[in-house]
Amino acid sequence: MLWEVEVVLENKKAARDPVGETIKRDLLAKKGYDMVSNVRSGQYLRINIEAKNEANAKDIVEKMCNELRIFNPVTQTLTILNVKIS
Amino acid sequence: MSIKIAVIEFPASNCDLDALHVLNNVLNIEASLVWHNHFKEKDYDGVVLPGGFAFGDYLRAGIIAAHSPAIDEARIMLKDGRPILGICNGFQILTEAQFLPGALLRNESLKFVCKWVNLKVENNKTAFTNRLNVADVIDIPIAHGEGRYFTDQLKELIDNDQIVFRYTDEKGFITNDSNPNGSMDNIAGVCNLEGNCLGLMPHPERASEAIISPKGSTHGKLIFDSMIDFIKRRSK
Repeated sequence: MLWEVEVVLENKKAARDPVGETIKRDLLAKKGYDMVSNVRSGQYLRINIEAKNEANAKDIVEKMCNELRIFNPVTQTLTILNVKIS
Repeated sequence: MSIKIAVIEFPASNCDLDALHVLNNVLNIEASLVWHNHFKEKDYDGVVLPGGFAFGDYLRAGIIAAHSPAIDEARIMLKDGRPILGICNGFQILTEAQFLPGALLRNESLKFVCKWVNLKVENNKTAFTNRLNVADVIDIPIAHGEGRYFTDQLKELIDNDQIVFRYTDEKGFITNDSNPNGSMDNIAGVCNLEGNCLGLMPHPERASEAIISPKGSTHGKLIFDSMIDFIKRRSK
């Protein structure tokens, strides 16, 4: 069965994110959205994958992201947002 | 002995010919440009990973190149003590391949920074700094968008003397104004524990001839000279 797995890569909190800071400071706050307290940017991957079931699809994606350093554990975190039938 | 150095060429390397020129024509060393899929470590005494945008910097600068066969070959050189120099994108590749600790993030300014800077030598016991003295201040240019050094092991790096260069002012003082990219602790270059692998964001190959240096200095050449001296001493 074909699954779709959505993955987000983000910088860890200890690593400053000037992209998110600039969106908040130079765009949102200047245009009146001062209720926004923080913005963090990241990368988004949508992966289509053949797997036995949802858990298997998630396992494979986690394994390959770790093994091949799709995310850099020194600076980033990896979050699987969603797994659904493709 | 005839010293052989490989300059590895990845798709979208763009400082490869500059490094090759300095080795061949300034140092009179037998250096070759080697395509990353063709590189065989047994033929070389040392290797340079040049600057550029290997594999378009896709995903993250250096990560795709870090999985190249050239890096598997270079890992053998790393273990047997031969010198490995990563310049700019080469430094990014070496951190992604885990030859060196830390990572290079997007510049704090979000701008590509291209200018001459001052570096203070922090460690002259590496394969690339034996011709320099600790606390020397050298002139060298940078040209990068992703050079903000980050590590979660800063104390270990300091304790192990792995910080080789820091960005400073002309007098060698570590200041915020002299930090061009927001690097942690003004770090511009780090080495492995053994000192045979160095990564730095600045470009020594662009600072090796007086004619292209605003102050007429050739400080970058000392890094290549050190590498060659190291190879000669190893072979004795």
